[in-house]
Amino acid sequence: MELTIGPNQFFWSAEKWSAFYQDLASAPVERVVLGELICSKRLPFFQDRIPDAVTMLLEAGKEVALTSLALVTLKRERKQTAALAEMGLCIEVNDLSVLPHLPKGAPFWVGPLINVYNEGTLAWLAGLGATRVCLPPELPLASVATLARAAADLGVAIEVWGHGRLPLAISGRCYHARLHNRSKDNCQFACEDDPDGLEVRTINHQPFMAMNGVQTLSDSYACTDHQIELLAEAGVSALRLSPQSQGFLTICQAYRDRLDGRLPEGGIAAAARDLAPEVRLSDGFLTGESGVAWSGSAPAKTTV
Amino acid sequence: MVMEIVCPAGTPAALRAAVKAGAHTVYCGFNDETNARNFPGLNFDRSEMRAGIAFAHAHGAKVLVAINTFPRAGEQTLWHRAIADAHHAGADAVILADAGLLAHAARMHPDLRLHLSVQAAAANADIINYYAEVFGVKRVVLPRVLSVPEIAAINAETGVETEVFVFGGLCVMAEGRCSLSSYATGLSPNMNGVCSPASHVDYHDDGGVLDARLGGYTIHRTAKNAPAPYPTLCKGCFSAGEKTGHLFEDPVSLNAEALIPQLLKAGVTALKIEGRQRSKSYVAQVVGNFRAAVDALAEGRPMPKGMLTRLSEGQAMTTGAYRKTWR
Repeated sequence: MELTIGPNQFFWSAEKWSAFYQDLASAPVERVVLGELICSKRLPFFQDRIPDAVTMLLEAGKEVALTSLALVTLKRERKQTAALAEMGLCIEVNDLSVLPHLPKGAPFWVGPLINVYNEGTLAWLAGLGATRVCLPPELPLASVATLARAAADLGVAIEVWGHGRLPLAISGRCYHARLHNRSKDNCQFACEDDPDGLEVRTINHQPFMAMNGVQTLSDSYACTDHQIELLAEAGVSALRLSPQSQGFLTICQAYRDRLDGRLPEGGIAAAARDLAPEVRLSDGFLTGESGVAWSGSAPAKTTV
Repeated sequence: MVMEIVCPAGTPAALRAAVKAGAHTVYCGFNDETNARNFPGLNFDRSEMRAGIAFAHAHGAKVLVAINTFPRAGEQTLWHRAIADAHHAGADAVILADAGLLAHAARMHPDLRLHLSVQAAAANADIINYYAEVFGVKRVVLPRVLSVPEIAAINAETGVETEVFVFGGLCVMAEGRCSLSSYATGLSPNMNGVCSPASHVDYHDDGGVLDARLGGYTIHRTAKNAPAPYPTLCKGCFSAGEKTGHLFEDPVSLNAEALIPQLLKAGVTALKIEGRQRSKSYVAQVVGNFRAAVDALAEGRPMPKGMLTRLSEGQAMTTGAYRKTWR
C-alpha cells in the first residue's frame, strides 16, 4: 500500500505551514493533498505559499492535489471553489460544489468528506472522472472491501483514513469563536492557538472530541496499525495520514516501515505513544463496536 | 401564493391526523434502514404506504417518501426496491440524499419526482443547480446552517424549489456529514438512520446527580429530581479550555414561525416540520398552527403569534441559523 498525506485540518502560522511541507518533501510518502479544507478565512494567511510548496513536492517526486473547502456556502467561498478548478492542478473534491466547476472529463480525486458509501455513488463519481477516492472514515471494513472490489473494475484507487484525529462533523457555526463569545465573522482566529484542535471533555473529565473552528474531530487518533494486512487484502491501495503538529515525520516513517515489513504489528502504536504518551488511539470504525474502540495489542477481530 | 406545509408522519394514524389538520403534504418512510428516522415501532410497511397515499390523495394532500440514508455497500437493492415501491404506491415524490441513488432513480424512474434531502447538505446555488441539471431534482430541502439572507440569495439563483425546516429538532452540524453518533455508539444517521440512539442511552445515579450517558459518555448532568434532557450528542454539556457548557448547541429546538413572512419573501416554497417520531396529536396541533399562519399570510391577515411554545416540551426555542447570530 501507498501513503497519502491529507490536507492539514488545523490553522498553523504561515512559517510553520511552509516548514511542514518542506519536511514532507523528504518523507517516504507517495502523494500529498494540500490547501485549506476547513475555513475560508484561514486561506489568505498562507495562500501565496501554496505554489512554491506544490513545486517543491512535485520536484521531490510526489503526486500533488489541492483540496476544496469542506463546506461551501458564502459567495466568497463559491468564487474560491470555482477558481480552484481553474488552477490546472489535480483537485481533491471535499464538497460536491466543486463538481460543476471541473473541466469536463478531467481526472479528480475524492476526499473523505464526500459521502461515498456504496457502489452506485462510486460508479457515478468514476463516470465523472474520479480516479482516487478516500472513503468516509465511518465505513466498516466489510464496506471498504466491497467498495475496493467495485473500484478495481472502475479503475479507481481506494484510500482509507489511516492515521490522525477523525473528522466527525462540519458546521456553519464556529465553535472556537463560540467558546470565546465571538461571532464567526469576528472570530479573531481563536483556532490558531490549538494546532491539533482543542480537547473537548465530558463533564466528568473523559476526553471525547476536539474542536477545530467549524469542524469537530475525535479526541482519539485513528490508527490502522492492526488493520494493515486486512486493508491490503481488501484491495485498498493507500492509507491516508492526517497532518499533526508534532512528530509527523516519525508517524510517516512508522507506517512506511510497517508496510515494508521492517516494523511488526503494534510498532506504529508504540511509535505514536513514544511521541505522546497520553495519546488515545482508535480503530473502531473499521473493526470495532463504535468509532472510538481500539483493538489494542489484541489481534484484529474481523476478517474480510 | 400559500406556502406549502410539509408535515411528518411516523405512523398511518399520524398521516391521517396531519391530512385532516390541513397539511398540504405529508412525508414518511418505510419501516427499515432506508429512512433517517429508523426507530422501533415507527414508519410504514408497503401496504400501509399504499393506503396512506390513497388516503392523502383522496383528501387533496400529497405524500413524499423519504429514502434518505446512504445505501450500504453490497446491499443497494434494499434502497432501489424502496424507490420502486414508493413509485408504484403513487408517491408524489421521493426524498433522496445519496448521489448514486439519485442517479439510479433518474435512470430507472424518469417520471418520478425527485427531492433532495437535507441529508445531502446542498448549501449553495451551484450545487443545487447541478443536482437539477444532472438528476432532474425539482426541490431541495435546505440545510439548517443557512441564514434567511443566504436562503434568499440561493432562491435568486435557482429555479429549484426550496423547502426549509421551521419547527422541531435542530441539527447544528451539516446534515448527512456528521459521524459523532457512530463514533460514540456505532450507529449513525447516514448508515443506520439514527442519531444518538436510545439503545445506547443510560442514566447513572452518581450520588444525588443524574448523568445521562450515550455510549458511556456523560452528555448531561442534572440534579436528581430535575427534568433530564435526552442525551443528544451535539447538545450536551462539555468542557474545553476554561469553559464548561453547551459548547456546540444548547438543548433547544427550532421554531421559526416568526420568520415565515421573511421566508416567503426569500422565495421559499415549502415549510417543513421535523418529527416523524412525534405523536399524532402533536403533529395535528403543529400542522394546524402552521396552516393557520400561512393562510393568514396569504390573505394579508396578521399572523397568529407565539402559538407553539408549549409544544416544545419544556425545551427552549431558537430561530437557529435563520437569524444571523451564528455569524
